[in-house]
Amino acid sequence: MLPKFLQTGKADETMRTVTFSLKERAVLIPLEVCMLWKKLLIALIVFFLVSGISPQIFSFAAGLARSATLLLATLTAILAGTVLTPLLLPWIPFRQFWLKGALAGGLAALLFLFTADVKLHGLALHGLEQLALWLWITACSAFLAMNFTGCTPFTSLSGVEKELRRGLPWQIAAATLALILWVAGPFM
Amino acid sequence: MKDFRYLDETAILRLSEEKCIGCGNCRLVCPHRIFQVRHGKAEITDPNACMECGACATNCPTGAIFVNPDDGCGCAAYIINSWIARVFGKAPSGCGC
Repeated sequence: MLPKFLQTGKADETMRTVTFSLKERAVLIPLEVCMLWKKLLIALIVFFLVSGISPQIFSFAAGLARSATLLLATLTAILAGTVLTPLLLPWIPFRQFWLKGALAGGLAALLFLFTADVKLHGLALHGLEQLALWLWITACSAFLAMNFTGCTPFTSLSGVEKELRRGLPWQIAAATLALILWVAGPFM
Repeated sequence: MKDFRYLDETAILRLSEEKCIGCGNCRLVCPHRIFQVRHGKAEITDPNACMECGACATNCPTGAIFVNPDDGCGCAAYIINSWIARVFGKAPSGCGC
C-alpha cells in the first residue's frame, strides 16, 4: 500500500481505513500473556503466604493447596481479561475496557466457582472464599482488559487515563477485599 | 472501524482556524477520518473518534493542530508507571509493550 501511495500521492479508501479484525486482535494476545509471567511469579509467592495463614499461625500444607486454587483463579482471570475480552471486544457491551473485562471476568468467575465446586470438592470452599475468588477474578480481569487499550487503534491516551481514574479504585478495592476474605477463610 | 467507538469528550485535540491553510494533510493522514476541508479550512467533524495518534499534528505544515503530546502506547501499565514517576519526580520508565 505504501509504495502505491508514494507513487500516486493519493490515498484510496482502503489506505485510509484502519481495521481491528478478530485476527488482528488475536495475534496480540500471546504478547499480552507473555508479559505477565514475571508478575505471576511474584504473585505466586504472595498467594502462598496469604493462603498459609491459619489458626495455627501458618500452615505449609494449606499454603500449597489454597495457593494452587488462587493460581487457578488467576489463570481464569487471565483467560477472561487477556484472551476472551480482546477476542469478543466488539460484542461485549460498554465502551470502557475495565467494564468489559469486569463483565467477562465476573461470568468466568461464576463458571470457575461452579467447576471448582465440582472438581475441587475436597477443598470445601465456603461462602467467604467463593466470594473472595469471584472478586479476585473479576478485579484482575478488569485490570487486564484495561491494559489491552495499549494494543488498539482507536483508544486515546486521555481516554485510557480517564477510565483508569474511574476503574482502578474499584479494582484495588475488590482485590483487597478478596485477599482479606481469603485470609479470613480458615478462621471461619 | 465503525464497530469501535471509545469514550466521548476525552481526546485532547485542537485546531487553530487562523493558522490553518486548508492543505488537507490532516484529512489525508487521519486514520479515523475526523477532518473535512471546507471553504479552504480544515474542520474537525468527529472529535470523539480521535485516538490522539498525532499524525495530523505531525503532518500539519503550519502547526495549526495540537494533540495530546504524550506518545506512550496507552496501556494501563504505562499510565500507572507515569503517575508513579511523576510522584517521585522521575522520567516515565515505560511499560515494556
